[in-house]
Amino acid sequence: MSLGVSNLVVKGRLDGVSLQCRRGLVTAICGPNGAGKSTLLSCMAGLLRPDMGDVLLGERPLSRCSTAQRAQWIGYLPQSPEVAWDVSVEVLVSIGRLPWKDAPAKEAQDAIDEAIAAMDLEALRHRPVSRLSGGERARALMARVLATRPGWVLADEPFANLDLAHAAALMRRFRQQTKAGRGVVLVLHDLATAMNHADQVLVIKNGKVEAEGPPEIALARDVIHRVWNCPARWLGDPGERALSLGQPSPFTLDSR
Amino acid sequence: MNPRLVLLLLAGLLVAVPLSLLAGRVWIDPFSPAAHNASIILMQLRLPRAVLALAVGAGLGAAGAAMQGFLRNPLADPGLFGIAPGAALGAVLSFWTGYAASPWLLPVFALAGACGAMTLLALIAGRSGGVALFTLAGLMVSSLAGALMSLAISLSPSPFAMTEIVTWTMGSLADRSWREVWIALPLTAAGIGVLMAAGRSLNALTLGEAAARSLGVEPFRLQALMIAGIGLTVGSGVAVAGIIGFVGLMVPHLVRPFTDHRPSSLIVPSALAGALLLLISDCLCRILPLAGGELRLGIALSLLGTPFFLHLLLKMRRELA
Repeated sequence: MSLGVSNLVVKGRLDGVSLQCRRGLVTAICGPNGAGKSTLLSCMAGLLRPDMGDVLLGERPLSRCSTAQRAQWIGYLPQSPEVAWDVSVEVLVSIGRLPWKDAPAKEAQDAIDEAIAAMDLEALRHRPVSRLSGGERARALMARVLATRPGWVLADEPFANLDLAHAAALMRRFRQQTKAGRGVVLVLHDLATAMNHADQVLVIKNGKVEAEGPPEIALARDVIHRVWNCPARWLGDPGERALSLGQPSPFTLDSR
Repeated sequence: MNPRLVLLLLAGLLVAVPLSLLAGRVWIDPFSPAAHNASIILMQLRLPRAVLALAVGAGLGAAGAAMQGFLRNPLADPGLFGIAPGAALGAVLSFWTGYAASPWLLPVFALAGACGAMTLLALIAGRSGGVALFTLAGLMVSSLAGALMSLAISLSPSPFAMTEIVTWTMGSLADRSWREVWIALPLTAAGIGVLMAAGRSLNALTLGEAAARSLGVEPFRLQALMIAGIGLTVGSGVAVAGIIGFVGLMVPHLVRPFTDHRPSSLIVPSALAGALLLLISDCLCRILPLAGGELRLGIALSLLGTPFFLHLLLKMRRELA
């Protein structure tokens, strides 16, 4: 089932955004601070009701799906997720089974085990969250999303606060999820990650779509210059790109 | 839920209840010939008092556990956050207006006060408020209820009503009868049932409001369950026993290390531990040789709870350092 938005309007934050995501692909949403990226992802996750337009899960508007159906289909990882109580990794992951509360216990345990294995957390299964490193914690939170066995995984800045190696490892795991037939939508600040790992990119600024398509096109240097007001050029080969930045103009930076 | 912990607490209650029936100003020796009026003391005084201690303690314990889960705040307590004072305000108004003379109207007023305070707290702080916001909102609700209660006392229609109100707000289980038991028991049981129904949603709230909503938690439904559950447990407890603070704060902290830390795993053990704590505390208040009468249960638990609260604050300070 595809996930898309059509002419989405959220007063003061999104202004007619349309996007079509397909399962099996990683879609990145990029844009400067305050562009409306997180708002768009919240709408796609069904957490924010748009003033106009629709979020479509397959052919069906998300607003017409039941809360349980939406929760079963769309897994959402918020930006800087909190964990209020010092639960173990396994208990944390098991919270992801809430949308399937009537499913048999065996099926629930299988899903939890599968999510823990997918995030390589077997050795940490019984460890309290307070004793995990940043990278381990990010994997545990991701495993919680996977335990729902959703068709779609939506994550807001999943690599924030992760070092290079942990970010790369988590990205590999997102990619594995697309191979398992899931759709992945990520809000990303780091343009190099979007360029090297996304299959399609949506660039928004001030709530409007500025560019959309394969990363080489949506994140072309003229788009970066126009949207981020920063001269930049890509170095290296496709898949291993690095961004070389020039000096942003102080006048244009303020006008963002 | 940890079944071993539940069994242990049940075993504790099985031992504590019969012992509590024997203890008091008149000690009853089960192995000697029956004391004068022993059956009346047991059936009309000690047994209803013990059952009431179990019901009120269970309600306060469960309400504390659920409230900490709902507010994601380890310092949340129905007393400190204004729910018990709200219930007390409702009850005081029933004394003030004279409706307390009717046996069912005082609990109705107390329940309305507890639900009103919980609604106010939820509205002011919202569900995404941090620890500081909730604590300040709770303090505000508590201060408001306290101020209105003082106003009601100062405008009390008669010195008799004033004495009745002041004595009642100190919290006690002395001289309660089966009538109070039949008020508190069903309401508390219903309240704990409602809080247990909210358990899974409270678990999801561990991950914050956005993640919980993405997992299918409906905030208004959860809020309604919490208002009803905490209103029933705290309101009925305050209606029959006055304000008994700190049980809802202490009990979840004592029990949590023996559970998997999920809010849902904490509700039943907290109810059992709350029942045990109140039963033992009431027993000690009863047998403590104090000139001028019995130590009030509410005062005793406040004296016990304050150092516990201080210990929690110091622990939090150490963790933040």
